Amino acid sequence: MKIIVSVKQVPVRDSLLRINGEGTWLDESDLSYEMNEPDAYALEEALQLKEKLGGEVVVICAGPQRVSQTIREALAKGADRAIHVQAEDLGPRDALTTAALLAAVLKAELPDMILTGLQSDDLGYGQTGVILAELLGYAHATIVMEVEPQGNTIRVKRELEDGWFQNVILPLPAVLTVQSGIKKLRYATLMGIKKAKTKEVKTVSASDLVPDTAPSALMERIYLPAHAKHTQILSGDPKDVARQLVEKLRFEARVL
Amino acid sequence: MSVLVVLEQHGGKWNRMAFEAAAAGKMIAESLGVPLQAVVLGSAIDGLANDAARYEFRKVFATDNPLLARYTPDGYTAALEQLIRAHQPRLIVFPHSYQVRDYAPKLSTRFRKAFISDVVGVKTENDQAVFVRQLFQGKLSADVRANGNPQFASVQAGAFRAMEPGDGQAQIERFAVKLDSAQIRSQPEEPFREAQRSVDLTAADVIVSVGRGIKEKDNLPVVEALAGVLGAELAASRPICDNGWLPMERQVGSSGQTVSPRIYFAIGISGAIQHLVGMKGSKTVVAINKDENAPIFETADYGAVGDLFEIVPALVEEIKKSKA
Ligand SMILES: Cc1cc2nc3c(=O)[nH]c(=O)nc-3n(C[C@H](O)[C@H](O)[C@H](O)COP(=O)(O)OP(=O)(O)OC[C@H]3O[C@@H](n4cnc5c(N)ncnc54)[C@H](O)[C@@H]3O)c2cc1C
Ligand SMILES: Nc1ncnc2c1ncn2[C@@H]1O[C@H](COP(=O)(O)O)[C@@H](O)[C@H]1O
Repeated sequence: MKIIVSVKQVPVRDSLLRINGEGTWLDESDLSYEMNEPDAYALEEALQLKEKLGGEVVVICAGPQRVSQTIREALAKGADRAIHVQAEDLGPRDALTTAALLAAVLKAELPDMILTGLQSDDLGYGQTGVILAELLGYAHATIVMEVEPQGNTIRVKRELEDGWFQNVILPLPAVLTVQSGIKKLRYATLMGIKKAKTKEVKTVSASDLVPDTAPSALMERIYLPAHAKHTQILSGDPKDVARQLVEKLRFEARVL
Repeated sequence: MSVLVVLEQHGGKWNRMAFEAAAAGKMIAESLGVPLQAVVLGSAIDGLANDAARYEFRKVFATDNPLLARYTPDGYTAALEQLIRAHQPRLIVFPHSYQVRDYAPKLSTRFRKAFISDVVGVKTENDQAVFVRQLFQGKLSADVRANGNPQFASVQAGAFRAMEPGDGQAQIERFAVKLDSAQIRSQPEEPFREAQRSVDLTAADVIVSVGRGIKEKDNLPVVEALAGVLGAELAASRPICDNGWLPMERQVGSSGQTVSPRIYFAIGISGAIQHLVGMKGSKTVVAINKDENAPIFETADYGAVGDLFEIVPALVEEIKKSKA
């Protein structure tokens, strides 16, 4: 089984987000980055499938030079090799543009399965996997909670709304977008970290790729959302805040 | 050059977000001065089409085909592609449901167009729609403009007030699609629910809900103490359950339970939309978060900005005192 996992690097959770001078994207100068969380789960699922069935796990990541750190992390956890699509300007791009770059590389790989995260924590499109499937002509399933290989097909458990689930059988090759929590995450071992240094990372420059699509949506401006609701914000030292809160809950909201 | 709304249904019942998307579509159609249309897909959908005709659509397309009886991304994409090519709407509006997430990006890619997902607002400028969507799980907003037609956009749950039925008499037009079972690659089985839950958060009067701000499983006693003095049920955001720190059945949100207690404490929870949809119906919401810009404060009635590890124990003491 040859499995591709797409992994994105995103700003560390709870980063202080500062908008750039033009108001078009973030000021990236003092941000730190990490692996998009759902992608860690996609990688985990791929590694466990490989452990069961044999084969290869290949990681693909598009972004600037800094993403090589995230790629190394994936290799240290057990991916066999990686492809780095070098692109400087992906920050605010639409999902179609990014997916088209990934597809242009992946069409030569002929995997059995592509696993993506469900959604990126920064742009939050939740689309890249579905678009990849369409561009490559593969079947797909989204919000996947379980994967059960059955020869030339796979049976996956999808999450639906309101506590419902559904099993779906798909022919291979297929793209799955993986929901967080699918398996327990592993940590990289010291041995893994050492081994990662010897693994192949192929670099492809986005400018050498010929994706079959042009950007069709432009993020014109980003800004802090306007506050619509008049939340009563309580401040002071913790004791004081607690005292005010209890008072409000008792006498104003009358819920205590 | 219309605005076309895709009305989502499951087994003959509307998805509750369908008419929120319709409301968004109506607003855009009016400001662009173009007609508003809707489409219903499925098998044996006359009843639904008639029901849709009561709303303020100029026209309702009924796309009835046995191969659409069960949702599949291949079937829905092929059907809507044919409708869009034949009738050329300039904008197609969807609810941002799990089903739409599953096929709308595929459909828009057929047209080599971006799909502007999870929109919370729309403005029109120079006869063009500008869509507002959230980034970083609601911490930032972005204005997005699509170029060329058709355009594709989905509307976030709760962002628009649902359209009410009127005495409208929309014209119903049957749109026959050509589908072949060989085109449909996935075989969906019957949807199911997991075994009965042992906790019913929906009946809880007071809920103390904990998020990733708690940092480690070993810190859970901090919030358990609060739940204890309040006689509250303990609940959580998704990452807490993903990590196995609390059982899945205590998860609140779009993939967990939908609760409406008298009072909901959101502690170290940022307020992502998938969490909010599960607790917005609470009567009083108290948020405790160290980030004053956390989106949860938009939903809270009372907000305490600060470290939960200091505020929650102090709160426990105060409540004990007030009860004494
Ligand atoms: C299809 C789909 C379905 C989903 N379903 C659900 C669902 O059903 N339920 C759900 O909850 N999520 C769901 N999610 C995930 C959701 O998008 C968010 O990722 C999740 O709700 C975030 O959880 P959180 O707020 O606990 O964590 P975070 O977003 O990481 O927020 C942690 C918060 O804690 C605060 N904090 C940190 N330290 C402290 C401290 N010491 N004191 C006070 N505050 C502190 C931070 O400021 C931050 O605001 C779903 C996502 C998708 C894509
Ligand atoms: N630049 C990227 N490089 C590699 N994978 C990506 C990239 N952007 C998105 N993805 C993948 O697509 C998933 C969904 O992202 P999105 O559609 O932006 O929400 C992510 O979880 C990743 O698996």
